[in-house]
Amino acid sequence: MADFLFWMIWALIVASAALVAFGNNLIHSVFALMGTFLGVAGIYIFLNADFLAVTQIVVYVGGILVLLVFGIMLTNQISTARISQSSFQRGLGLVVVLAVLAIILTAVLPHDWVVGKTPMPFADTVTGIGKLLFTDYLILFEIASVLLLGALIGAATLARKEL
Amino acid sequence: MDHLNSYLILSAILLSLGLYTVVTRRNAVAILMGVELILNAANINFVAFSKFVTHSLDGHLISVFIIMLAAAEAAVALAIVLNLYNDRGHINVDEANALKQ
Repeated sequence: MADFLFWMIWALIVASAALVAFGNNLIHSVFALMGTFLGVAGIYIFLNADFLAVTQIVVYVGGILVLLVFGIMLTNQISTARISQSSFQRGLGLVVVLAVLAIILTAVLPHDWVVGKTPMPFADTVTGIGKLLFTDYLILFEIASVLLLGALIGAATLARKEL
Repeated sequence: MDHLNSYLILSAILLSLGLYTVVTRRNAVAILMGVELILNAANINFVAFSKFVTHSLDGHLISVFIIMLAAAEAAVALAIVLNLYNDRGHINVDEANALKQ
């Protein structure tokens, strides 16, 4: 059952990401992106990352996706019901991307990763992440807060009408 | 489901689709969506290696910081896109090849 669910989520991610990459309607692409984000949250649960799964849903689906929809609404005439998008360099892009995919797969798959006897057992990760965040990663955590403040002020300044 | 390779293949496919979106789309918001796909692919790798190889939570921490960076990046990039739209009336990146017109 869990195996079946895993491959269903796997297929959902690949299919919705393909719609993002190949779709012709921008709104359809954004909703497909929501499927990708939710699928990745499911993959996190399979990887025992409960905190990350919730963070993924809150930040990506609740935050970034809404921002993207706002970006589309504010940069297209809403009267044009079908918001189409065009692509260029399709053939060349496909060749380059397939080459990159082939290189990654031939490099990664034959490699003998030092996989442990048993994967990490399922355990609550919130406690561990909280402890690491305030010990080993404290400087990174403080830098992140400054960066977020900078991004907040920068975005607010850039988005004003009179720059 | 219990094999590292199934996650690595998924991550590689997600990265390729994101890269394809970035190199072929003309709409700046669509390119931003491709960048989010690439960041998600990286996150899957970090968490998968955390579970199967290192058995520690360090990969989770890096993923949290990547998600944080993605949020900051999306906010600033959309502010820039809105400025581009106010300036040109479109957001096609292949036509936006001058800083000022």
